[in-house]
Amino acid sequence: MLQNNSFLNSSYIDKSRNDTIAAAATAMSAAGIGIIRVSGPDAVRICAELYVNARGEHDLQDHAANTIVFGYIEDREGNRIDEVMISVFKAPRSYTTEDTVEINSHGGTYLLNRILDLVLRGGARLADPGEFTKRAFLGGRIDLSRAEAVMDLIASQNEFARKTALAQLGGSVSESVKELRSAILYEMAFIESAIDDPDSYASDLEGYADRLDSICEKLLSRMESLLEIGEKGAVLKEGIRTAIIGRPNAGKSSLLNYLSGTERAIVTEIAGTTRDTLEESVRVRGIQLRLTDTAGIRDTDDRVEKIGIARAKDAVEESELVLYLIDASEGITKEDQSIGMILKQWKQELPSVRKCIILLNKSDLPPVTDSDAVRSFFTEADEVLSCSLRTGEGAQELGMTIEKMYHMGELSHQSEAMITNARHREAVREAYEALSMVRQSISMGMSEDFYAIDLMNAYASLGRITGEAVEDDLVEEIFSKFCMGK
Amino acid sequence: MNYFIDTDVCVIGAGHAGCEAALACARLGYRTVIFTMNVDSIAMMPCNPHIGGSSKGHLVREIDALGGEMGKNIDKTFIQSKMLNRSKGPAVHSLRTQADKAEYSKAMRKILENQENLTIRQVEVTDILTQYDLEKLKIESDGCSKDQISNDPDNINCSNDLNDSIEGSPDSEKPRVAGVRIHTGTIYTCKAAIICTGTYLNARCLVGESITETGPGGMQRSTWLKNSMDHLGIPLRRFKTGTPARMDGRTLDYSRMKIQPGDPVVVPFSYSTDPADVQIEQVPCWLTYTNEETHEIIRQNLDRSPIYAGIIEGTGPRYCPSIEDKVVKFSEKNRHHVFIEPEGRFTNEVYVDGMSSSMPDDVQQRMYRTVPGLENCVIVKNAYAIEYDCINANQLKLSLETKAVDGLFCAGQFNGSSGYEEAAAQGLIAGINAVNKIRGKEPLILERSEAYIGVLIDDLVTKDNREPYRMMTSRAEYRLLLRQDNADLRLRKYGYKEGLITQEQYDYVCYKEKMIEEETARLKKIRVGAAASNQEILRSLGSAELKTACTLAELICRPELSYDRIAPLDPERPDLTKDITEQVEINIRYEGYIDRQKKQVQQFEKLEHRKIPAWIDYDEVGSLRNEARQKLKAFLPSSIGQASRISGVTPADITVLLIYLEKNRGKGGSVSAAKS
Repeated sequence: MLQNNSFLNSSYIDKSRNDTIAAAATAMSAAGIGIIRVSGPDAVRICAELYVNARGEHDLQDHAANTIVFGYIEDREGNRIDEVMISVFKAPRSYTTEDTVEINSHGGTYLLNRILDLVLRGGARLADPGEFTKRAFLGGRIDLSRAEAVMDLIASQNEFARKTALAQLGGSVSESVKELRSAILYEMAFIESAIDDPDSYASDLEGYADRLDSICEKLLSRMESLLEIGEKGAVLKEGIRTAIIGRPNAGKSSLLNYLSGTERAIVTEIAGTTRDTLEESVRVRGIQLRLTDTAGIRDTDDRVEKIGIARAKDAVEESELVLYLIDASEGITKEDQSIGMILKQWKQELPSVRKCIILLNKSDLPPVTDSDAVRSFFTEADEVLSCSLRTGEGAQELGMTIEKMYHMGELSHQSEAMITNARHREAVREAYEALSMVRQSISMGMSEDFYAIDLMNAYASLGRITGEAVEDDLVEEIFSKFCMGK
Repeated sequence: MNYFIDTDVCVIGAGHAGCEAALACARLGYRTVIFTMNVDSIAMMPCNPHIGGSSKGHLVREIDALGGEMGKNIDKTFIQSKMLNRSKGPAVHSLRTQADKAEYSKAMRKILENQENLTIRQVEVTDILTQYDLEKLKIESDGCSKDQISNDPDNINCSNDLNDSIEGSPDSEKPRVAGVRIHTGTIYTCKAAIICTGTYLNARCLVGESITETGPGGMQRSTWLKNSMDHLGIPLRRFKTGTPARMDGRTLDYSRMKIQPGDPVVVPFSYSTDPADVQIEQVPCWLTYTNEETHEIIRQNLDRSPIYAGIIEGTGPRYCPSIEDKVVKFSEKNRHHVFIEPEGRFTNEVYVDGMSSSMPDDVQQRMYRTVPGLENCVIVKNAYAIEYDCINANQLKLSLETKAVDGLFCAGQFNGSSGYEEAAAQGLIAGINAVNKIRGKEPLILERSEAYIGVLIDDLVTKDNREPYRMMTSRAEYRLLLRQDNADLRLRKYGYKEGLITQEQYDYVCYKEKMIEEETARLKKIRVGAAASNQEILRSLGSAELKTACTLAELICRPELSYDRIAPLDPERPDLTKDITEQVEINIRYEGYIDRQKKQVQQFEKLEHRKIPAWIDYDEVGSLRNEARQKLKAFLPSSIGQASRISGVTPADITVLLIYLEKNRGKGGSVSAAKS
């Protein structure tokens, strides 16, 4: 396969129109089934040369489009490689909008590589990551936000991420963006036509500033809610970055063990993105928590945490959820007061996204303080729970509280656009700023032609989400992040 | 025997486009011949009597900044001037003047007559000749005898001898202009030709059921060039426009109308005109309105209007509608503006702006007489519609050169535009680029972000225009930067580079630029303290007192204050002319908006500067949709930006193109490298 690469590449550069791509669409592993996907003008010809039916005839081209046929893959010498099912999709009614063939084989790394190798020898080129979806986008089948949803769907690690990506693929984001854009476009057009004919249409502009102001207000509040929901959604989709903090011996490692050990949570170790630490991921009632700096907690040799407060500060900084343990039998100590200051500041920076749950641990021991006292002291806490991690009493409440706190409702996936993609949210934020500028111009008494500048910016920003506004390098960048075979 | 005369550039037509084109070529030192059907119709204004107006005023300023003549000529011959939209932002301020039509035409003729290198010829041009045609004619030098020439284009004529000669063998070089032939048979050999036939080619005028085969205002039409265009493989199409009646001003009752005077202080169009020279006694215009009675007469007689009766085949302009169109399309409006405008100082004729029509004479008489003040009007010239041959400007490059024939340029209404200013702007650019073609230089192409002229030409060449194209403010995306007040700052450099602007003129713009920058910086730096004397001054200006010190620039931004008004707070102020302080004030006051628009321009220019190389073969670009492929092949856009404006080309298609170009970067070199 490799030795053919240079030959295939050079032929492709000069004749990219005749470019047919291929890749394994399933994992190259010892799986029960494997699919090789081939797309491009030569897809059917290439596969037809490899395929024979039960009677040994090369008849793939005779089959109707969008059907599945049974047969065998043979190499050039006529050796049967595998028994396969082949689906043929004819342009433009395929995923890529090009002629596409999918070869379903009996999985396995060696077998898939053999078949792929034959396809490549037949004249196809190994697809770049994401190239099938890119072709779907370029062929006009899906817009940019939907293409990105495909990527999110594959990358989804939890139920929430999956549902959101699926809704986005269905166009939930595209539709809301389109609505906003068309509302803005209408106002742009109105101003333009008024400016063009000052003689007879000046009367149309009477009271227009007020009208536009209230329209902008509505659009802004719509964007605001999109951003807010999107922000929450993004947190859920990515997994909630969670910090467990508290004084030494408050029960941090017990909580960690509890979270890792209950509800069949799967603990995965992934490299931390911000610091050189490991991150663990646990699932609580379907919600993914990405626990930061768990190494520090697990390191039980370090009995004396000299730098407890400094650690707490680092841990909360990048977090969206803080689980703060207080030892009920010791009450609120000086250290807790310092941590309280840290939490207050952290919470103020992003009140809508950042949540804090205080766990009043060791409820089985004689308490020095109670949850009411804690609540009145830590006013920034979203919830205060009393529990004993040792006995397990009240620990279940934690899972339910988190679920409630992040509960978005089943309906929200279908009825509400969830802009979870960071690039999309940035674009909405820019549009939001631009429309705010329009309102500012109105309040400053500027004339109508000034509104147009910022309306145009808002319109263009939103267009970047769906790819209706062209940006030179954006598309390449997006598709380069795709996985192979999609 | 054919008679040959050698020259450099031939300009066909002496309207507003032709005049600018011919003057530019001659001024740049090239022997130029301008052909006109009638020397008395040089720079004639066959429709409205204004120069300028919303966005068209911008064009005139830009023409002037580049070294064109229109601004200077109207400054000499206007009879009223007004800055429109003064209450709005500076982007939509626009200068509009009423011209003395006869004076305007005469003054321009005088300029042409006295221009060195320029010859005026009153003849009809019958053929554009390519190098192949010329070769053939030189070989068969007696192939065209005089008696074969007829004034009837349908008869066999000389140009028929040339049929098919343009199609050389596949290896032969591209056809290029080598000369033009006039109806007497004489051939002018040249290196470039500019077609500016306006509304004359195969024109016919319609007044109700009456059709006359004339050009505008009863002038003789031209006919021959149609065959020549067929021969060159440049298809023509048919457009239509119209004009209202001219009346005997003595028969109108002005007491029933509202007077529309000019501005008390007139701003000249041209940067070279001394403002003191334009403070003349002005002539007023008058405003009146149509009413339900007018509309009823029109509605009842729609079947007699050639458009609605289906006699007119040409497509008319949506933005300059006839009164019939207005009544039909805006049926909810119970009245429309009618402006009565003088045609000049020495004629009683007035122009009835807003009521162009192609209704029969009797309907016109009745319809006009329902308008207050027009009850006893006597019509001198009827309103009429005119149909004419023009091209789809998609056949042109952005330089205004035809894609089919090298050295052949087109400008003005022949390109499907409407309006004197639009024509003049194209004429100037075509003239400059004809010269650039001859001297082997890059053409002058103004971008959409630089000039209304850039917008105009890009729209004409790139977009799908199905009706006469009129310049409008809204067509310019970056209009806050393309103001009528800064055309010199934007474009003088190009005029200078091309050779139409003198060193002295250019030096002044450079000085002005520097002064604006320095003064803006100074005002942003100098702080005014909250001293009692300052508070007193602010109070007297009706402005809020200062809480803390602030800059002079911040004070200028207060709506109730201005650069002039804060003079008492700024004793150190340098002595600067009005044109400089005006720019300073705009820069300061609208800084945020200007900055944001500049950012938009940067974004725009990214795609604009992604040039599409000449080697591109759209058939080789994978995954382009078929419609986009066809469009791109037909338009041959020069940049990704231009491609993105072609209707039928989607953002996804543009992405396909971008990716293709990226992958094949430097292909021209790598292909030959691969072969070696």
